[in-house]
Amino acid sequence: MVKYLLAVFALLISMQSYAQDIPFDFDSAEQELRYKKLIEEIRCLVCQNQSLADSNAELAQDLREEVYGQMNKGLSNQDIISFLVARYGDFVMYRPPLKKSTWLLWFGPFILLLIGVVVVIRLIKTNTSQAQNILSQQDKEKVQALLQNSDNEGK
Amino acid sequence: MIKYALPAVLFFGLLILFALGLGSDPSRIPSPFIDKPVPAFDLPRLKQPSVQISHEDLRGEVTLLNVWASWCVACRHEHELLLSMARDKGLRIVGLNYKDERPDAIAWLNQLGDPYRKSAHDYEGKVGIDLGVYGVPETFVLDKHGIIRYKHIGPITNEVLTTTIYPLLRELRQDNNAPVALITGQDSSG
Repeated sequence: MVKYLLAVFALLISMQSYAQDIPFDFDSAEQELRYKKLIEEIRCLVCQNQSLADSNAELAQDLREEVYGQMNKGLSNQDIISFLVARYGDFVMYRPPLKKSTWLLWFGPFILLLIGVVVVIRLIKTNTSQAQNILSQQDKEKVQALLQNSDNEGK
Repeated sequence: MIKYALPAVLFFGLLILFALGLGSDPSRIPSPFIDKPVPAFDLPRLKQPSVQISHEDLRGEVTLLNVWASWCVACRHEHELLLSMARDKGLRIVGLNYKDERPDAIAWLNQLGDPYRKSAHDYEGKVGIDLGVYGVPETFVLDKHGIIRYKHIGPITNEVLTTTIYPLLRELRQDNNAPVALITGQDSSG
């Protein structure tokens, strides 16, 4: 009896791998793969740090149905994304597009890193060149005198 | 001196950048429909399902298009304001009843009051998607020509009314000209 219940339980929880209420039918494995990749590229606007693939929100379900429906009508990935961007703006794309307005977003971190590296290199250079000039003329003479004294005492 | 000034400049630069970032709320998605005509739709009316209501019905006077639902708790927070705007200011508010059961929606209006001249029943939420709706409530301000001039996400508050919406309405009500030139070159009477 217990084994039977365990088997049923295992079967039930094995269905939880996708955030979908209704499983979709696809004509081919390629279509299914295309769908899965596409919904990973679209943001869920309710749970905004999740893609349509991950989110359980109702709007995510609606948008997944919309994507599926448009795929079946023969629309391309670009068509579907344009459709969503026209309604929700660029934010609906999980990865922001490379436009003039997002230049700073994309390249900013690398530019900051570059500035940081340059600053560090220059700091190291000035430190090492300074180290060579630390002793003033007076100090040098004192050092010489001390060394001579210790030489004399040693003899 | 310059080498002491540089970190300070960078620091204040970053400070300003972060302050600007913290000031804006990225979860509020700006609408791509600002200064564009309201997207076409054709839906049955909520209280009169045999009659259709479309985007054409939103022309002719300055209008608020308010997306609402009986299951939406936040909608209750703005309901009193909507009622007073419709009643006291004579503002035309058209409702878009989003993903709601008709009897529930009608009962809600009967219970809390109906600020809407008409409500469209978007049972499946497809018109919502066409409008870029992602949460409820949302409110669009349309000018006389049916062009969206402003979108507010979340319940309307007194603050939003006084700082943004009422000034905009005053401006829109004075406008007796043709709509601002649209990229598509659409005829305003079309």
